[in-house]
Amino acid sequence: MAHIVIDESKCKSCFICVGTCPKGLIKKSNRVSKLGDNLVEFKDENNECIGCAMCATRCPDLAIVEVHK
Amino acid sequence: MQVFSLPKSMKENCKYTFCPGCDHGIAVRLVAELLDELNLKGKTILAASIGCSVFLYDFLDVDAIEAPHGRAMAEATGVKRARPDKFVFTYQGDGDFASIGLAESTHAAIRAENLTGICINNTTYGMTGGQLGPTTLIGQKTTTSPMGRFKDTYGYPIKIAEHIALCEGTAFSARVALDTVAHINQAKKALRKAFQVQLDGLGYGFVEILSTCPTNWKMTPDEAHERVKNEMIPVFPLGIFKDVTEG
Repeated sequence: MAHIVIDESKCKSCFICVGTCPKGLIKKSNRVSKLGDNLVEFKDENNECIGCAMCATRCPDLAIVEVHK
Repeated sequence: MQVFSLPKSMKENCKYTFCPGCDHGIAVRLVAELLDELNLKGKTILAASIGCSVFLYDFLDVDAIEAPHGRAMAEATGVKRARPDKFVFTYQGDGDFASIGLAESTHAAIRAENLTGICINNTTYGMTGGQLGPTTLIGQKTTTSPMGRFKDTYGYPIKIAEHIALCEGTAFSARVALDTVAHINQAKKALRKAFQVQLDGLGYGFVEILSTCPTNWKMTPDEAHERVKNEMIPVFPLGIFKDVTEG
């Protein structure tokens, strides 16, 4: 099952991944980082992720550390 | 099946110190991936620059030598001539490469040094607070051009990739961007070519990477990428300007 792994300690809340995921599976979370910014969360209840890795390709902080197909 | 993982040439648990949304992080990752793929990790020496790009040696697990502002290509020349068996590259910003170090950068290409140069063009001096740089666009407001860049006062932005392509010793010169996934993939291809010309002993390999500086542009990361597409690429066209391996 395709999925991604996010390292929240690296996320700087730029939200580039939110606009990049073609399926809209990455969303702004209500949880906040140590810096007080909203984190992102990956929710794929209907198994829509195809493991295209576009989110990881565009993440400037290597916070998306793994993509599985 | 895992289709994406962190490059092995990056230091373990490294955390970028770049601003949120800065494209430097993507460029560093592409370099690390290529060091992995070309099996160069153990035989690479990096000549580090001054500016935001200086932090590369905190992130890449390679040996590095720090150069005074703009002189990375001069140091890299010395390193490569002393140790021609090593893979030597520089990673510089546009202010370091094309303003303060324009002489060193150009003459390394003219001498056909077997080096690879990577220049991150974000149209400003990012680390020092967003001053006018050599690539600042006409009309762009910076802290030292608060009314915008006027051509009569400040001149025109330098087109680095075209300039380096004119040097006879250049084997490869290209300009790429990181604003879309397609452009990131093209950037990796260009970087691979710039690495390969050095490995094949063909001469100077150079890639200019159009990048964002959301902090000093005072934009969100998404707005900054729109600016790359709408304002930077029309002035700095993407493409390969010299490639001695083609025809």
